[in-house]
Amino acid sequence: MSLPAPHEVVERALAAAQGERCVVIVEESSQSEVRFANNTTTTNGRRRDRRVVVVRFCDVAGGIAAGVASRSGDVDVTQMLEAATADARSSPPSPDAAPLVEGGADAGFDDAPAVGDLQAFAPILDGLAGAFDGARSSDRVLAGFVEHHTDTVYLGSTTGLRRRHSQPTGAVHMVARSTDGTRSAWVADATGDFSTVDVGAMDARLSARLEWAKRTVALPEGRYEVVLPPEAVADLMVDLTNYAGGQDAEEGRTVFSAPGGGTRIGERLSELPFHLYGDPAEPGLECAPFLTVGASSSEASVFDNGMPIGATSWLEEGRLANLRYHRAAAERSGARFAPPVDNLVLELGGAKGTTEDLVARTDRGLLLTCLWYIREVDPSTLLLTGLTRDGVYLVEGGEITGAVNNFRFNESPVDLLSRTIEVGSSVRSLGREFGEWVNRSRMPPLRVADFNMSSISAAS
Amino acid sequence: MAATELDPFEMPAGLAESVLDRARRAGCDHAELRVERIRSQAVALRDGEVETAADDTESGIGLRVLHDGSIGFAATVAHDAGAAVDLVDEALQVARVASRATGRRVELAAENPHGEVEWTSPHRTDPVLVPLSEKVSMLGDWSARVLDAAGIDHVSVSVLAVTEDKCYADLAGTVARQRRVRVHPRLEAVALGDGGDFETMRTLAPPVGRGWEYLEGDGWDWESELARLPGLLRDKLSSPSVTAGRYDLVIAPTNLWLTIHESIGHATELDRALGYEAAYAGTSFATPDRLGRLAYGSAALNVTGDRTAAHGLATVAIDDEGVEGQTFDLIRDGTLVGYQLDRAIAAATGMGRSNGCAFADSALHIPIQRMANVSLAPAEDEGPTTDELIRGVTRGIYVEGDKSWSIDMQRYNFQFTGQRFFAIENGRLAGQLRDVAYQATTTEFWGSLVAVGGASTYLLGGAFNCGKGQPGQVAPVSHGCPSALVSDVRILNAKEESGR
Repeated sequence: MSLPAPHEVVERALAAAQGERCVVIVEESSQSEVRFANNTTTTNGRRRDRRVVVVRFCDVAGGIAAGVASRSGDVDVTQMLEAATADARSSPPSPDAAPLVEGGADAGFDDAPAVGDLQAFAPILDGLAGAFDGARSSDRVLAGFVEHHTDTVYLGSTTGLRRRHSQPTGAVHMVARSTDGTRSAWVADATGDFSTVDVGAMDARLSARLEWAKRTVALPEGRYEVVLPPEAVADLMVDLTNYAGGQDAEEGRTVFSAPGGGTRIGERLSELPFHLYGDPAEPGLECAPFLTVGASSSEASVFDNGMPIGATSWLEEGRLANLRYHRAAAERSGARFAPPVDNLVLELGGAKGTTEDLVARTDRGLLLTCLWYIREVDPSTLLLTGLTRDGVYLVEGGEITGAVNNFRFNESPVDLLSRTIEVGSSVRSLGREFGEWVNRSRMPPLRVADFNMSSISAAS
Repeated sequence: MAATELDPFEMPAGLAESVLDRARRAGCDHAELRVERIRSQAVALRDGEVETAADDTESGIGLRVLHDGSIGFAATVAHDAGAAVDLVDEALQVARVASRATGRRVELAAENPHGEVEWTSPHRTDPVLVPLSEKVSMLGDWSARVLDAAGIDHVSVSVLAVTEDKCYADLAGTVARQRRVRVHPRLEAVALGDGGDFETMRTLAPPVGRGWEYLEGDGWDWESELARLPGLLRDKLSSPSVTAGRYDLVIAPTNLWLTIHESIGHATELDRALGYEAAYAGTSFATPDRLGRLAYGSAALNVTGDRTAAHGLATVAIDDEGVEGQTFDLIRDGTLVGYQLDRAIAAATGMGRSNGCAFADSALHIPIQRMANVSLAPAEDEGPTTDELIRGVTRGIYVEGDKSWSIDMQRYNFQFTGQRFFAIENGRLAGQLRDVAYQATTTEFWGSLVAVGGASTYLLGGAFNCGKGQPGQVAPVSHGCPSALVSDVRILNAKEESGR
């Protein structure tokens, strides 16, 4: 690929800034994917991407303003600096202004970006070929997606800071449907290392679930005790943190707003001492330990580029512990600087057991597979709506006794934590809805009382 | 090598020819090259202060090949001819690796070449080129006007402006250079009540395929909307909570476009109906065996797909497989009569020519079947006005503006909220209601379509961010519709749904 080395782009842009305050980010990405449906591969691709962001900070009347220019490919850093500078100079002072981050250079900052190898897909595709053969001979149809990308980010600042981080990300999704379309099941595996993926084992789990669904039971809408597998919990917790902005809460417009003003930080949301957190050093879920921000928002600031990201609790001992703030807002509010973290863990100290263990201890309830099309309905309660998908199973006397129709649910993940009856061990999990954006999560299965199934969905 | 700006309208001489020639010599049955540059500017103000100002240009070169029955795609952000030619080998490698698990050969429906095509979506002022200071000034003025009104506590205002330049070239001989321009301005106000109570209200203006002139009043009456919004929001905050039950609904196009999008637009994508999105976006209840027979709705339901509507967000001259933009029927007199197609699906099903619904959201993504502008036709002749539709309702709710949306993976069960809900009592509006959500099953809902409004009520709604595919792609799409009267729809109270 005929592009200059990423670290050289950073240095060239910083040199062009001629000592004026500037931050440069280069995000290099190598991505490959294979998609399949109807027992055959469909749209398959490979790409190399490079995004360059130049942030220029200028003194303006009343404060400091930031200008941002983003480009892809072989960029003209001088033109980008000119564009960012023009925007900064014509802007009013930035409300998120803060001192630029100081620091030294990471070892290996000059290293070339990591590149994924398409051949890593070969064993998975061979596994899929066998699974397709098996599916055709057993009246099943397989669909899914295999993706792998390697992302390397370089960040440099005129303060002397130089940071580099590289990480692989991958996922395998598989759906099996009966040929008549009446039964379906889904499994997924999130991993950056494809050597750990066992397509045959995933296919076997799908087959087992389709077997469960051979007996069907029609149930009406209503409130049910449910076992949420870690994948469903992941989506609900991701959405809970999506709406955990500190400024929004202070302005009185979220579930985390205190009725008399301010936020609910410190308030108990669950009697169970849940710990919900992100941590770049979390074993097996490692992610970028410093912040890169291409455009400011109410929760993240371009002034904070390069800030170290540490372990951040969102819930601690069942209490709301932090909301997201950039440094300037945190200082104004007397809150803790809490940037977004690219992983999410929910755990309960001492909790043990798998989804199957929770099912075994359920007298009568529903085992869900995953949740889909989740959207906010009421911000004051964080009421979410969505659907069950690819398998709802009736549990009677600790055993799965058949498949149930799908439902539309209306539930709040905040309220749901206070109705949790039992918690299992946290395991690596990939949400069906938000796993595309939050690949690194570790969640427990939950048994929850009175889950609100608002209506029946005829989808199968 | 010196950095160069990639301009799809001024490509290096011979770049496309050299790539396609190499693909031809490598034995590709089909190859298509897309060179794209997407410029965008996002500006957001929060309570009058600039929160976000980002200027972005995304550019690259993508190549899709069909070789020995397998699809391969490769893309790069490198701009030089050498990198572009290398894509042929990369795409072929992808096709070969994927062929290890290819169960059926891919074929593409025939499309006659269109030669050299150049097309620009209608606009006066390229919105990306409007200086940031001018954008901040206009949004600041809007923000101040609403924030200064009594009872308004917070205002967020933003605009996203996009100019998408694309050069498409394929082995058959079509070379299309197209520019599409679009803008999405929006303002949301927050009003706080007692004891932590609050309400929000957003402007109803849809995103459109127009230039900066849209914010200056060409195609939307911003003066009126900004003037009315504070009073409407204050009224909403003090309105009663809805009593759950069944109501007749008069739905304005500012809300109905999204219901059409979810329950008709996606349901009539044939790739979905055939299972090609089973792992992600989902399938469809409207399966091909029901074509020509499925009673989708009442006789008032007439829906077309098009890639030709003026200012439509999905409007093109040539799609991303070299197919000419067309208009086609999906539902006629309530019966399913057609699907949205790309070339692979058209060939696999024997449906003949693709109707031009292939799209990739950037050079780095492979084209997949994406939604045309899917629109509900207004009543013929003059048709009723919205007021006349309301006058025909004894007990109902009038709905304006979209907000929350969700539908199941086969497009049966949906639930929507909105920006404003007005009670209808004996043919008259009787104040706003809070906490309203409507929930239905697609064919039941459209089967209860009593009447559609006339052309005077027709509006093109839409979104920039329709999601589909893996890896995920977003597509801009518009949906035109008149106001409509739908009887006996289930209304939920959102507060009661949360158990409060």
